[in-house]
Amino acid sequence: MPLIRVDTPRPALRWPWRARPAAWLAALAVALLLPGLADAADEPSAETEQWAGVRQFLFADRPIADGRGDVVELDAPFRAEDAAVVPIGLKAKADQTPGRYIRKMWLVVDKNPTPIAASFELTPESGRADIETRIRLEEYTWVRVIAETSDGMLHMARKFVRAAGGCSAPAGKDMEAALARLGKVKFKLEGDVQQGKPTLAQVMVSHPNNSGMQMDQVTRLYVPPHYVRRVEVAYAGKVILTADVDFSISENPNFRFYFLPQAGGSELTAKVLDSKDLSFTSTLSVGKTGT
Amino acid sequence: MLVVSLLPTIASASPADVSEVAPGVFVHIGQVAEASAANAGDTSNWGFVVGERCVAVIDTGGSAATGSALREAVRAHTDRPVCAIVITHGHPDHLLGLAAVAEGGIAAGELAVRQLAHQRLAAAVAARTPAYRTLAQRQLGLAGPPQIIVPGERVDGEVMLDLGGRQLRLQTWKTAHTDHDLTVYDSQTRTLFAGDLLFVTHLPVVDGNLSGWLAQTPALRQLGSLRTIPGHGPVVKGDGWQAQTEYLSGLRHAVREALKQRVPLQHAVEAVPAPDGWQLTEVYHRRNVTAAYAELEWEDGD
Repeated sequence: MPLIRVDTPRPALRWPWRARPAAWLAALAVALLLPGLADAADEPSAETEQWAGVRQFLFADRPIADGRGDVVELDAPFRAEDAAVVPIGLKAKADQTPGRYIRKMWLVVDKNPTPIAASFELTPESGRADIETRIRLEEYTWVRVIAETSDGMLHMARKFVRAAGGCSAPAGKDMEAALARLGKVKFKLEGDVQQGKPTLAQVMVSHPNNSGMQMDQVTRLYVPPHYVRRVEVAYAGKVILTADVDFSISENPNFRFYFLPQAGGSELTAKVLDSKDLSFTSTLSVGKTGT
Repeated sequence: MLVVSLLPTIASASPADVSEVAPGVFVHIGQVAEASAANAGDTSNWGFVVGERCVAVIDTGGSAATGSALREAVRAHTDRPVCAIVITHGHPDHLLGLAAVAEGGIAAGELAVRQLAHQRLAAAVAARTPAYRTLAQRQLGLAGPPQIIVPGERVDGEVMLDLGGRQLRLQTWKTAHTDHDLTVYDSQTRTLFAGDLLFVTHLPVVDGNLSGWLAQTPALRQLGSLRTIPGHGPVVKGDGWQAQTEYLSGLRHAVREALKQRVPLQHAVEAVPAPDGWQLTEVYHRRNVTAAYAELEWEDGD
């Protein structure tokens, strides 16, 4: 964690993070150390009908190592706070090396209208295979990551995620704002860039990512589907990540991934393609590393 | 006068408790709670305003049961017909009573019943209907998913609603609590039905745009109402906006800080401490952090 910097407290507000900056660190420590504090007694069987179909479609009879946690892990909340924005992490247990790497990962959400939310193609050049994104969640469901390693073996990790309460729904909050910014693509670097060290970056796409499955009761018209279907990230001219996705991904799709900075610096580029064949691009110059 | 119904009735036909907070302005205060079978969806506020000619209903509660109880309450307090039903926004706790209200007979009489809402409500509800039906069925313990209908008349900007000797001003807002918030103002008694643009005791919920909500709050305050009916919690006299504004601006400050420090979303929901002094914080605070994070990460213009 970076050092915590706290602004001068304004007297009108007395929330803990202002009065006691240590609350940030304490809360974060709790967040990192206690992922499984809620009981998992109501977990149903993981052998769902939807998974049987997806498994047959994607992998036929190939064996899948399930839940061993030695290749890939899934980071997902016990309960979705907001059905429209559920953070999901696909975490590799080892760095990507030319000798052994994860070449593909699938993200499956059993109960969503289209269970295969994403597939990610990866290369050794990314350094690490970890991907973080955010998904929509229709209801209580198993969420799975299946990783294919370079030796052709399949490994799965899964978690049962409970749906959000309140008036939460897997829909965009501000469709007009997302449309007004449509196609804006942003990169963010998440840490110091060091040559040869896997570096975390984030690519964000402003897009309503509509499923087009909803009918407007007043106009009796369906909103046309409009969603991002592919995001391709290259570094130094080589593709390091290809994500094939759909509207299971949240409004304003967001992906965090790793790349390996090279001596002298180079460019990250993202190419985004949506369901109307619109394409958007963005480039970020990753400066000289000085190493 | 103001009593919260504790009866766990599913399809009550007895009138809901209302109080007349100003001449001809009747308000029901729902429970500050998540919808459940026990409270039968009576978890939001609604009201009606009686003019010389007819009555306008504002919001309908969160179930067919609340809609029926609303209908009976109108009948119990006035013999004038209902000529308008206004929905302040499309969340199920305000909307799910509409089918019962609209179809249950208070529509009877010579007047056509106008049903009005923000022009964006229909699209927003359309996008959420499957989730709302599933959620309501589970929370209310219903045998099947409830019917959801939406008002057909779309308001964009301001509309005056004439009840005979009394005019209500309907006003739409830019994205705030949701992307389709609408308020109703009775200038005769200076009473504002704020919908969920104002929460009292119930933690405010961000399902639209946090900065938009904060940006429009001064204009809401400047309407100069003597009393405001929030979407949740008791009626407030004078200015009731301070506590909500402190929470929302505190939330924005904290989430901006988390973004600045590159705290990822899944950790930010833990790291932004919950505020004191509100109810349902455990249900909504982390969700608000999530929504604020997804909004504010787009803030730095480049």
